[in-house]
Amino acid sequence: MKFPTVDFMRQQSTAALIGIRSAGVRRSGRWLVRGIDLDIHPGEILTLIGPNGSGKTTTAKMAVGIIEPDEGRVERSRKLVVGYVPQKLAVDRSLPLSVDRMMTLTTRADRRSVDAALDRVGIRHLSRAPVHDLSGGEFQRALLARAILRKPNLLVLDEPVQGVDFSGEIALYELISELRESEGCAILLISHDLHVVMAKTDRVLCLNGHVCCEGTPSSVAASPAYKQLFGERAAESLAVYRHHHDHTHLPDGRIAYSDGSTAEHGACGHGHHGHGDDHHHPVGTQDNAHRHGDQAGHRERQDDHA
Amino acid sequence: MLDDFFFRAVLAGVGVALVAGPLGCFVIWRRMAYFGDTMAHSALLGIALSLALEWPLLLCVFAIAAVISLLLTGLQRRGTLSTDSLLGILSHSTLAIGLVLLAFMTTVRVDLLGYLFGDILAVSRLDLAMIWVGGALVLAGLAMLWRPLLAATVNEELAAAEGLSPGRARLVFMLLMALVIAIAMKIIGILLITALLIIPAATARRFAATPEMMACLAAGFGALAAVGGLYLSLGFDTPSGPSIVVAALGLFVLALIPLPSFRRSEETATGLEHRS
Repeated sequence: MKFPTVDFMRQQSTAALIGIRSAGVRRSGRWLVRGIDLDIHPGEILTLIGPNGSGKTTTAKMAVGIIEPDEGRVERSRKLVVGYVPQKLAVDRSLPLSVDRMMTLTTRADRRSVDAALDRVGIRHLSRAPVHDLSGGEFQRALLARAILRKPNLLVLDEPVQGVDFSGEIALYELISELRESEGCAILLISHDLHVVMAKTDRVLCLNGHVCCEGTPSSVAASPAYKQLFGERAAESLAVYRHHHDHTHLPDGRIAYSDGSTAEHGACGHGHHGHGDDHHHPVGTQDNAHRHGDQAGHRERQDDHA
Repeated sequence: MLDDFFFRAVLAGVGVALVAGPLGCFVIWRRMAYFGDTMAHSALLGIALSLALEWPLLLCVFAIAAVISLLLTGLQRRGTLSTDSLLGILSHSTLAIGLVLLAFMTTVRVDLLGYLFGDILAVSRLDLAMIWVGGALVLAGLAMLWRPLLAATVNEELAAAEGLSPGRARLVFMLLMALVIAIAMKIIGILLITALLIIPAATARRFAATPEMMACLAAGFGALAAVGGLYLSLGFDTPSGPSIVVAALGLFVLALIPLPSFRRSEETATGLEHRS
């Protein structure tokens, strides 16, 4: 296990920045997510993964207060300063916005801090450029610079490599991981392809309308169950693994299993055993064909290698 | 000087344009042109209400425009009809109800054309005072609201995540729009208010590198159009509102002329996107 700094270890013992307590969000009679329990600690990188529509973005939005939970509650530390990089940001061309001007969109800052933030992400030479002229990667960097300019203690990144080519993707993840160390902020990262970022992540939370499983990637990779499931080589390379959830979520929140039975929501019975290809989770969890019938909020915890 | 009707009209026109420019920028950025039109059309209902109840005109027009904008926001949330259709329904039905109500009031002689297209002779000293006081209020409100409103215009979620309450910003913005419509009605006329919001702002886009610059330029172009249009109106005995809009359009067309120092590629792209 490699935690990057001693600082991080110390910080993690202090109070959580955000605590989500059995929270759920409901839209038009359907629960987008439900039974979410989650603490975000200072300085950690927490990655949310899950298939499309599994509620990753909803969970993150609930955490920072963009949407209010319809049940349960969200507690935020008074010291919380969020820097947010949204999933999609299209600036209308009628709005003249230079990179410089975008930096101070939500906060005041002097010239030197703006330059320093742009330097940090390596696009200081673009400070005068209109944001419409930036490439996908440059724009993502500008958004990152804008977010760190606020001196956040939590950086929320929703699919930060969208529209960035593969080499740009790796560079961007490198940058994100560097930022955690230089800025000392926690990072909440949403991703559906985790193979690049995985080694940098402290904790992974797999969502599928609820918290399916949770653990550290390194412990997961070292676990016998993971090796048993995917073989040594897969474990070494932290390769993408695919699984399919053997249930569907009914509109009323119940769950229908493939054998035809149903259960109340949260009776989390995934056999993550198949190699179906409907979606993939690069994180290795050793959910080895388990089926448990306990109630909402249950999750598989994989704490550090014991 | 204030005794001269033309001078009063020029002061009124410039006052309205200085406010409409910056506000119009947000109308463009937020793609709310049709929304502004709907609020302006509802002003006729406000006029009818004011005549029927003998309440102050400015208050009635402001109140009706504000109610319409809130109603629309509420209906948008229900979500079965598109915003486009909702705007079409509200825009024309408020205009129609206003016209029908005015037709019923046979005892009151109403200068309908004056309300619809603006009247250069109609600006009294009181109107002038209301325009400048109201305008100052709107500009002050906009200045205070600037950061959250701009952030929410770029991305609502970003503004919300970073604690800028975009919902409140939008609400205050609508009230400011209602106030501008109320004060601009006399000189521009309710059918053309949106033009004064949009055309100077669109003209300013090409020369602006920042949102703030665009707002200032829009105010300047608007004021220029107001003065030019009113001279046109005086010289050719044309209604004041349309004359100001024609002058604004003239500036817009002039600004389209390609100059070597401007990047044309960006301009074409902007033009294309706004056809919708």
